[in-house]
Amino acid sequence: MQKFTVLDGLVMPLDRANVDTDAIIPKQFLKSIKRSGFGPNAFDEWRYLDHGEPGMDNSKRIPNPDFVLNQPRYQGAQVLLARENFGCGSSREHAPWALEDYGFRAIIAPSFADIFFNNCFKNGLLPIRLAAEQVDALFKEVEATPGYRLKIDLERQSITAPDGTVYQFEVEAFRKHCLLNGLDDIGLTLQHVGEIAAYEAKHRAAQPWLFA
Amino acid sequence: MGAQTLYDKLWNAHVVRQEADGTALIYIDRHLVHEVTSPQAFEGLKLAGRKLWRSASILAVADHNVPTKGRAQGIADPIARLQVETLDSNCAEYGVNEFKMNDVRQGIVHVIGPEQGATLPGMTVVCGDSHTSTHGAFAALAFGIGTSEVEHVMATQCLLMKKSKAMLVLVDGALGKGVTAKDIALAVIGKIGTAGGTGYAIEFAGSAIRGLSMEGRMTLCNMAIEAGARAGMIAADDTTTNYLKGRPFAPQGELWDKAVAYWNTLHSDDGARFDATVKLDAAQIRPQVTWGTSPEMVVAVDGRVPDPATMSDAVKREGAERALHYMGLKANTPITEINIDKVFIGSCTNARIEDMRAAAAVAQGKHVAANVKLAMVVPGSGLVKQQAEQEGLDKIFIAAGFEWRDPGCSMCLAMNDDRLAPGERCAATSNRNFEGRQGQGGRTHLVSPEMAAAAAIAGHFVDVSKI
Repeated sequence: MQKFTVLDGLVMPLDRANVDTDAIIPKQFLKSIKRSGFGPNAFDEWRYLDHGEPGMDNSKRIPNPDFVLNQPRYQGAQVLLARENFGCGSSREHAPWALEDYGFRAIIAPSFADIFFNNCFKNGLLPIRLAAEQVDALFKEVEATPGYRLKIDLERQSITAPDGTVYQFEVEAFRKHCLLNGLDDIGLTLQHVGEIAAYEAKHRAAQPWLFA
Repeated sequence: MGAQTLYDKLWNAHVVRQEADGTALIYIDRHLVHEVTSPQAFEGLKLAGRKLWRSASILAVADHNVPTKGRAQGIADPIARLQVETLDSNCAEYGVNEFKMNDVRQGIVHVIGPEQGATLPGMTVVCGDSHTSTHGAFAALAFGIGTSEVEHVMATQCLLMKKSKAMLVLVDGALGKGVTAKDIALAVIGKIGTAGGTGYAIEFAGSAIRGLSMEGRMTLCNMAIEAGARAGMIAADDTTTNYLKGRPFAPQGELWDKAVAYWNTLHSDDGARFDATVKLDAAQIRPQVTWGTSPEMVVAVDGRVPDPATMSDAVKREGAERALHYMGLKANTPITEINIDKVFIGSCTNARIEDMRAAAAVAQGKHVAANVKLAMVVPGSGLVKQQAEQEGLDKIFIAAGFEWRDPGCSMCLAMNDDRLAPGERCAATSNRNFEGRQGQGGRTHLVSPEMAAAAAIAGHFVDVSKI
């Protein structure tokens, strides 16, 4: 997994609540057996005016000029600013894969759905919860300021705005450690093979029907 | 130890180790696998040269991509076919028990797990699918995971996670005529919102919940995720054990007795503390219909489409305006005046035998309305289909003008050929009414099986409590 340390990135606002993972990556793209290449289909139904299917040449499709992702000022954005309950719905990890493949490295919102939030950390993508008023203030700033960037420092758990305002955010210590160092969860867990085996033996003795 | 919640008991029984910040390594008893969220996990294992920790914990089935008719000809879409074949070859290579597409036991993963007795009380159950919450109906700790976590469970039999907060949803009283577990689920979501359960594990309790069959309990726990809660659960009781007795994966003989003795402890103790409690009066719940593009956008069938102008919260108002535009609806329209184009009865929410019976009872001796282009019934598994046919339900549906299909996820998420055309309006027994969920531009109204069948007959929504 790629590390996340400090990011100084252009911000793109997506001003709607309850953005679900079906919207982030529609189901027809879930037929792929790969974990890369989803970026061109991120937000497919909002982003293009024609219907997308896997295998299409997306450069020949008709972009929706009204969708924020297609606006010239937000090209190259790495920070996604969103509203409540971002990433709700399906557990598809294709959603963070698509966002990461598009180029996003951090998402700021007042709240995230649990499974999506969790999936982000497995993919070097940092989801940050800020208070609704802070997110509101950021939406106003981004929309009023072309080229608006935020500097996100994971070690310091801080976001610095162009005017010098600093927003602190919370992140669980263990997730932070893994993301800062780009650590593979499975490798970490396998350091505890002995403990898992011991637990399993005890569990088998207590509930043998689970192992029948 | 003090009074514990059911969630406390399930959690504590599975902690392998715990980090200083509270992150725990949790042991997983049952891993359900399907074709969409597993190929990258198997590939990851292969690339790292890792093995499955305990292959016997896994049960695999293809459900999302499978066709619901003409199955003998195989899967026409080459990309979907490759995904199903990839599951077949991965299961063969790793020695995983898989029910293949033409096996009578094949079906929606959340239908077949319980049907086989592969879901048992006291288990931790995971699947790369958000509707894994379904299995919590058996007093199991069951939740959806991403593909990285699927790989993690395959390699380590464990997951890294922090304990959620506990919410009690208490539904007491008697349900009225035509009011089902689906209506309880939608009413709960309407009350607490789609993010109301975020960060929580929900336990459903109260006399109305105890009165539900296992099928109804599964419908309710299935939709815990639509309330934002990764896990929903219900205490074990006689209904639970009666359902499980004699199922292929359930314990037998002495082990059965020993298991039941343990399962009888799987309930919240008197005085157990919850972080939040929500109460609903069952008698007040009416048949529900969603009007928008989020399951929280829901009203009673005798209600009207709400008017965004009356909403004070700006984000909510804009969301409602966008939803009405997408849904092609006008504020204040009575729900019963909304005409429909298609009907979908199926999904991991409502495709079990009781759902089939309930819909058939409404359809019996009647006919699908002329304005309804397609009304399809998709049983949740081959065994549900078989049982329904033994009971003659297929004949009732076919005589009434419904199509009787083969089992799978079908038009709940429209990954196969079953989908809505742009602008088509559907009464669906599934769980999500998101934009494009049932096909790009498709408009979904979530309802119970009774309500869906009644809408098919009338051509518009009707109040089943009055027929």
